[in-house]
Amino acid sequence: MSKVIKLRKGLDINLAGKAAKQCTALPMASEYGLSPLDFEGVTPKLLVKVGDEVKVGTPLFFNKADERILFTSPVSGVVSAINRGEKRKVLSVTVTPAQQQTYEEFPKLDVKQASREEVVELLLKSGLWPMIKQRPYGIIANPSDQPKAIFVSGFDTAPLAPDYEFVLAAEQKNLEAGIALLSRLTAGKVHLSLPTASPVLGKVEGAEQHHFEGKHPAGNVGVQIHHIDPVNKGEIVWTVNVQDLAIIGRLVNEGKVNMTKIVALVGSEVAAPQYYSLVAGARIDSIVEGKIKAQQEGDSVRLISGDVLTGAKRNEQEFLGFYANQLTVIPEGDKFELFGWMAPRFKKFSVSRAYFSWLFPKKQYKLDTNLNGGERPFVVSGLYEQYLPMDIYPVYLLKACMAGDIDKMENLGIYEVIEEDIALCEFVDPSKIEMQQVLRDGINLMIKEA
Amino acid sequence: MKALRNIVDKLKPTFSEGGKLGFLHSTFEGFETFLFVPDTTTTKGAHIRDCNDMKRTMIMVIVALIPAFLFGCYWTGAQVGLEGLTAFVYGLIRILPMVAVSYIVGLAIEFYFAQIRKHEINEGFLVSGLLIPMIMPVSTPLWMVGLATAFAVIFGKEVFGGTGMNVFNPALLARAFVFFAYTPQISGEQVWYSNWTMMGAQVDGVTGATALEKLATTGTMGEWSAMDAFLGFIPGSFGETSTLAILIGAVVLLGAGIASWRTMVSVFVGGLAMGYLFQAVGLTEYPVWWHLIVGGFAFGAVFMATDPVTSAQTNTGKYIVGFMTGAIAVLIRVVNPAYPEGMMLSILFMNALAPLVDYFVVEANINRRKNRVKTVK
Repeated sequence: MSKVIKLRKGLDINLAGKAAKQCTALPMASEYGLSPLDFEGVTPKLLVKVGDEVKVGTPLFFNKADERILFTSPVSGVVSAINRGEKRKVLSVTVTPAQQQTYEEFPKLDVKQASREEVVELLLKSGLWPMIKQRPYGIIANPSDQPKAIFVSGFDTAPLAPDYEFVLAAEQKNLEAGIALLSRLTAGKVHLSLPTASPVLGKVEGAEQHHFEGKHPAGNVGVQIHHIDPVNKGEIVWTVNVQDLAIIGRLVNEGKVNMTKIVALVGSEVAAPQYYSLVAGARIDSIVEGKIKAQQEGDSVRLISGDVLTGAKRNEQEFLGFYANQLTVIPEGDKFELFGWMAPRFKKFSVSRAYFSWLFPKKQYKLDTNLNGGERPFVVSGLYEQYLPMDIYPVYLLKACMAGDIDKMENLGIYEVIEEDIALCEFVDPSKIEMQQVLRDGINLMIKEA
Repeated sequence: MKALRNIVDKLKPTFSEGGKLGFLHSTFEGFETFLFVPDTTTTKGAHIRDCNDMKRTMIMVIVALIPAFLFGCYWTGAQVGLEGLTAFVYGLIRILPMVAVSYIVGLAIEFYFAQIRKHEINEGFLVSGLLIPMIMPVSTPLWMVGLATAFAVIFGKEVFGGTGMNVFNPALLARAFVFFAYTPQISGEQVWYSNWTMMGAQVDGVTGATALEKLATTGTMGEWSAMDAFLGFIPGSFGETSTLAILIGAVVLLGAGIASWRTMVSVFVGGLAMGYLFQAVGLTEYPVWWHLIVGGFAFGAVFMATDPVTSAQTNTGKYIVGFMTGAIAVLIRVVNPAYPEGMMLSILFMNALAPLVDYFVVEANINRRKNRVKTVK
């Protein structure tokens, strides 16, 4: 086993509602949707209209800025709606699935023989290309770029995150095919980061393995890149989620797009948290129906496509996100709390010893969505660094983002981080600053000015 | 809770934008959030948040100040010949007007600025407002306290954009304002004692220099022992005399993780280092650790130098700024003949230098990042 990289900084938030290691296949949902909003910086141009018949892998829209990047249907059936928001912005394209699923045919590539162009074209045509993201900026990779390496994180440390050792137990062949395919895209290596114990993913061959030990965000690919081979100015690396890697491998092995994935339904408001096998983009009510605990009058729940730190708020009629591997259900915190800031608050969690949660390290918390305070300027110092295991000063970087100072952002490390990496800083912040949004605004400014 | 909530909900429209008293919305919101943690939920980013907020952070500092405050009450009375509870009550009555003036003046200005900026009220002044009377001599005239508070809040904080943006510690700025603007009135020997003759206080019975002045002039603590100084039975500003009470506060601050132990420890280390240096070259003969128990050294190290806004922001910077603060304080005490206390000036000086120290620390980080490219290729 290679050297273990130990990270001392970070935090595991111990939430109630962990998934039991049990997986049930869900029946087809009534509707599937693909939302352009899941893809940072994509302006969609539609390729279908309501009533069109589509197969699995038929393009629904493409990115206006780069016509090569297609977004394809996860199921076959009939396009049922194109939901629009303000200024006719496309929110989602929905497909009502047919009884019998039909698939677009893609060539079964012999990965070893195929040229890089053929590999790129296969991924673009099949609509799996958006699974490859680039760092810096955390946007969909540009097919013309030559990345210096490709990174895959084999574990997720976010609160209530799925255990990929369980999720991908039967996917070894597909993972290896995916890695073989990716290694054709870079002159460098494909890196796979794993926790210290990984009986399943540790057997996957073809990638350079790294081992990490530590609290969240040790499982974030950005943190791993920082410790393996950091991104410098002018360099580009690509990242792929490990379950997405298995889907890419399936395309290679089966010659068709198969968007079936295993998703963890978790959170304190789920009656029996466990894993479900479903097709990406399923309508959320098809997943949660009958599985949420009964709420008292006046209480409501929040549905999060993703984890509690970085996921997106959704309602039951919306769809599971393209990148989501978990669906989290927690209580809404839309309640006033009398003298809350003075109370002992035994049921709430804080990293600050101004409360008592540090006395109960094993306790599982049922946290709600209350902001727990009002927004203030940065006051405390020395706190945020403890939750970002990188050689970066988060507050200085964020202040540079607020000021829109390109040079400073570049110098202070904006190429290395995306929202998920500073999500913990945002969680602990007593000033309640929207750090992830601030960082994204800074990144978008960098993209615009580049 | 329900009844109180109903009252607040009923009043809210009047104070909201467009209501009759809409111009007071920040003030109303300040009181509302004092009573109730708002029902605001997260919309983007992290869906759950740590339950710590600025109010809790600031209240912990107040809690840490309580031991020193209580001791100050007792000692103020004891210095004018009273005993036990009477002494305590006398001191409490003596200090409350100063506390009230400081809070009323400071909060009025804070509320006014929050109003015109349409911001929420910032909690920072809750701490400053208590610190100001605690670092003043007990017979400072009330108008002076008010004026100094106004100066500190307006020119120390609001002109920079409010709490979080200020360069200098507002409470110390108030103290410095009084010191430089009214030197004759507050540098006399009598000011360290209360001059109120209620409850049978013997005001004429006591005069004399502080232990710190004695130390500077004679090299001894005069009639006081080191134990007196540690426990706080020496003349001085209201809250600064008892090192013991301050240390209890330090335990609260460090235990709650509010103040930085890096700064706090570095200040003490810096003070000792400088003290030993002077002893080595023969400038002083008394034990070096006396510096830590007389005057405002301990109070400054625990409550002032650790101010997260005006001290260094980076951990490396905290060591440097803390060390320098302690060292310069002792330097001023020993070398400067005009002024026996150096803590206030030292902290304010390092407040000004802290951004520079941070600049070099961050610059080192930037260079590490740039050097990475060179070592790779």
